[in-house]
Amino acid sequence: MTDVAWIDAALTSARPQALGALLRYFRNLDTAEEAFQNACLRALKTWPQNGPPRDAAAWLIMVGRNVAIDDIRRGAKQQPLPEDDHAISDLDDAESELAERLDGSHYRDDILRLLFICCHPQLPATQQIALALRIVSGLTVKQIARAFLVSDAAMEQRITRAKAAVAKANVPFETPGAPERSERLAAVAAMLYLIFNEGYSASGESIDLRAPLCEEAIRLGRLLLKLFPAEPEIMGLAALMLLQYARSAARFDANGALVLLDDQDRTLWNGKMIAEGLALIDKAMRHRRTGAYQIQAAIAALHARAAKPEDTDWAQIELLYGSLEILQPSPVITLNRSVAVSKVRGPEAALEMIAPLAAKLSNYFHFFGVQGAYLMQLGRNDEARESFNRAIALANTSAEADHIRMHLDRLMLESKPPNSSRKRKTGETLSAPSPLAGEGRGGG
Amino acid sequence: MLYAILCYHDEAVVGGWSKDEDDAVMAKLAVVHGKLAQQGRLGPVARLLPTTAATTLRKDEPSVVLDGPFAETKEQLLGFYVVEAENLDGALEIAQDLGRANPGGAYEIRPIGVFHGAFQP
Repeated sequence: MTDVAWIDAALTSARPQALGALLRYFRNLDTAEEAFQNACLRALKTWPQNGPPRDAAAWLIMVGRNVAIDDIRRGAKQQPLPEDDHAISDLDDAESELAERLDGSHYRDDILRLLFICCHPQLPATQQIALALRIVSGLTVKQIARAFLVSDAAMEQRITRAKAAVAKANVPFETPGAPERSERLAAVAAMLYLIFNEGYSASGESIDLRAPLCEEAIRLGRLLLKLFPAEPEIMGLAALMLLQYARSAARFDANGALVLLDDQDRTLWNGKMIAEGLALIDKAMRHRRTGAYQIQAAIAALHARAAKPEDTDWAQIELLYGSLEILQPSPVITLNRSVAVSKVRGPEAALEMIAPLAAKLSNYFHFFGVQGAYLMQLGRNDEARESFNRAIALANTSAEADHIRMHLDRLMLESKPPNSSRKRKTGETLSAPSPLAGEGRGGG
Repeated sequence: MLYAILCYHDEAVVGGWSKDEDDAVMAKLAVVHGKLAQQGRLGPVARLLPTTAATTLRKDEPSVVLDGPFAETKEQLLGFYVVEAENLDGALEIAQDLGRANPGGAYEIRPIGVFHGAFQP
């Protein structure tokens, strides 16, 4: 790695800790960001000559704080002083001492607070994500705008508004108590999963632009796990993201069309991420404190463990969706469970199960996609076609619509005279056209 | 004499490698491994999963299982085992067994991501 690339990586990795501590000192996000920015500029100037400091975050906190305090003093005296670098000269001695004082528990609350201010309940999800990517991850407005497919100006405005809302929110800076800490942790976990899904739900040309969102969510998830090593839901969240993202190379074909779990080339799955995800869910289960992320990760783990689709333990998946339904009752989760039911007990049972959901999910693409697939498996082709047409009308992305069209095409071929060579063999089952059963969105 | 070569790096940096970068490093290492293996001088090689996947067994009386890696600095690394187990519970059971035979200190149990060597489970 070149100097600049190394420094860049070090600054990115130190950012949450350094900015979190500066926010605690200055209690003002703009001042903290400016202080961090100034510290980074000095790092770029001095690190290539002096070599990297032993503890990059401690260095940045110290320098950022000194520079900002100097600035404030100067502002108070109303007389600008010449630029001086003296603040850095005695840093080497002070650095180790500072690092000692900034113990792990302090860091933990600083980083959690930094993430938590982005989860302000009045901010819509997209603003929470944009703010977190800007503040915590340090992505530029331009990078974030690209991922969200909006103009730089629109994103700038969105982030400015979000920051104003956060400034008014008055998040307390005292060390949080245990219940408050766990509340913050849950909100932050939910936001990380939002960031992940923002990347994971991308399709078509935006896949490459949005994949970094998944990677960033995983990076922050690992960071959270280091800060809270004994929280099973954080293990579950990290496992869930790793197990889902491990499949990313197999999820779309060369034309950008969605490839269902059953049809994916499993050799393209990322074995390293799967191993890490499985190890984490294994660890989480030992705590015997169940939670939605753990259950969803356990479902994803059952898919990851199956070398071939037919090896999938659908009975266990059905049970897990059942537990998830109890924890978070939602028609979407019932719909997901029906996919497992269709594998275990057949499409008729699954169809019966989703019938009561029709009213609640009348605007939900996946409901009609799944319903159409069950009907098709039962040979009720006219009804299947009707469901698929409704699904296409409700599709959120062109990839979703294309996928349903593929099923319609198959139905068309089937309705040709029986001597048609493309006729589906009896006994061959079609998979449900949905991203369900471990393909995310389990939370509903 | 047999030597253990223990690998240290910043896992945030290594964990941040793209698949291509990671594959490139592994391919370069495979060349060196191949050379050593041909000379009959390569024992087992293991790549560990990140420290977030680690569990620590403190071999005090009674023993305590803690999430996360072994974080103390007053003890030193004195040896290691590679064992096969169904899951973490199985690995911990083995560690407890070993711990009863040799109390004091700690075992860090870390899943292995990649393993090459003469290991026949």
